[in-house]
Amino acid sequence: MTREATTEATAAVTSRAEYCVIACAEAWRDNGEVLASPMGLIPSFGARLARRTFSPDLLLTDGEALLVGLDGEPEGWLPYRRHLTMVTGGKRHVMMGASQIDRYGNQNISCIGDWERPTRQLLGVRGAPVNTLNNPVSYWIPKHSPRVFVERVDMISGVGYDHAVGPYHRLPRVVTDLAVLDFESPGHAMRLASVHPGVTVDEVRAATGFDLVTDGDVPYTREPTAEELRLIREVVDPRGLRDREVAPR
Amino acid sequence: MTDKTMTPEEVVGRLRSGMTIGIGGWGSRRKPMALVRALLRSEISDLTVISYGGPDVGLLAAAGRIRRLVAPFTTLDSIPLEPHFRAARERGAFELTELDEAMFMWGLHAAANRLPFLPVRAGLGSDVMRVNPGLRTVTSPYEDGEEFVAVPALRMDAALVHLNRADRRGNGQYLGPDPYFDDLFCEAADTAYLSCERLVDRFGPDTVPQTLLVGRHSVTGVVETPNGAHFTSCAPDHDRDEPFQKLYATTPWSEFAERFLSGKSEDDYQNAVRAWHDEREERK
Repeated sequence: MTREATTEATAAVTSRAEYCVIACAEAWRDNGEVLASPMGLIPSFGARLARRTFSPDLLLTDGEALLVGLDGEPEGWLPYRRHLTMVTGGKRHVMMGASQIDRYGNQNISCIGDWERPTRQLLGVRGAPVNTLNNPVSYWIPKHSPRVFVERVDMISGVGYDHAVGPYHRLPRVVTDLAVLDFESPGHAMRLASVHPGVTVDEVRAATGFDLVTDGDVPYTREPTAEELRLIREVVDPRGLRDREVAPR
Repeated sequence: MTDKTMTPEEVVGRLRSGMTIGIGGWGSRRKPMALVRALLRSEISDLTVISYGGPDVGLLAAAGRIRRLVAPFTTLDSIPLEPHFRAARERGAFELTELDEAMFMWGLHAAANRLPFLPVRAGLGSDVMRVNPGLRTVTSPYEDGEEFVAVPALRMDAALVHLNRADRRGNGQYLGPDPYFDDLFCEAADTAYLSCERLVDRFGPDTVPQTLLVGRHSVTGVVETPNGAHFTSCAPDHDRDEPFQKLYATTPWSEFAERFLSGKSEDDYQNAVRAWHDEREERK
């Protein structure tokens, strides 16, 4: 890309999707030499941005059975059987999706309605139970709504703080198209950590089916640096796929 | 030397209604689809199916052959939700033992090692415990005293797996990036049937040892079924047939079954698929 075009790109206003990429990337800050397992486009861009900038030791996969470098060159073998050991060994930080999530971070990807005969069968619990008891699990929710943020999930797949057992349970953050949430509160109830610029606290509350904890003024999600914006736009997602997952507004 | 080669029909001839059948592969990847299709051509039903589920589960569920499914998920990968599995679950067509992916893997290990269970740090705190009231826990006998789920062995009457190459004695080779759990399926089963893209007389001296995944001691029968994983992926022999998978996912079951599954053999199926692709090319 020419120098002129670069200047133009970084001068453009940061989009909502770009704030989401930054907020996802931040999940993997200071994680060290662990596997970043992003589910979804924007978490994938976030993981690659983190590796290119502040978390250079992260491991990434090609989506199949290879660990790959930034240019796609193989650096290791990770078939499912070894991936599961990465999980139980704790050397992994996954960002999963959620069809439902509650105030303590219990997550559901299995089915909607009564499990015996669901109104909507979804994927099944997949690896959510083992993930949540063994390695840090963050969540990415591209459309923050009361249908996802519910009082009670229909089938606990990923384990929340009020059901956690064992020594390794940890849910660092929940990133949505509106905000960043975490569980840094007494009793680990979900807290509104930051709103993306252009979003109000009231909007987030209205899109959440339970009361969110706040302490004091809720900050804005941080701005990307000029270099981060350049990397997102020219290197990590040059085709602009991020806008398909979170539309500009 | 025992020649274990047989036809898909001969494999199915050894299976019975009511059996517990394990199916290898993962999601819509390297599924023994030719053997599943042979099962669909039979009258065998009332099955307990153990699978990291893909269209194998969807097909058997749509055809009403499953009494109980044991699985952590069912997906087509590029199409996240398997439509026939969904529909069957939503009409209450079969019972489900829903396990976590790691619980499932340790259940296979337990079965392959003739252990009644293995402890795993997974499931506790989740509703997997609520929907599987038969699951028990075990406490570490050492100082840590941690409580684990005792995942019961997933023993099966028969396993069906698909690999890239096999010899007539039942040694199987995978050439793709991931072995999945096909070796464990064979070792966890009383009988195991291995289909392959191509039979070889022998594995040459330059064979990479690690590719020889499935050993003949754990295999009962070998079937050569070129394109037998269709429409799932079988790298590097063939990719997933995405247009056909989309057709499968969007066509009413009876219409799909009539056009592609009403033949008398795997050849009939492969011919019907070729005809569909030819028509599609002509329309372009």
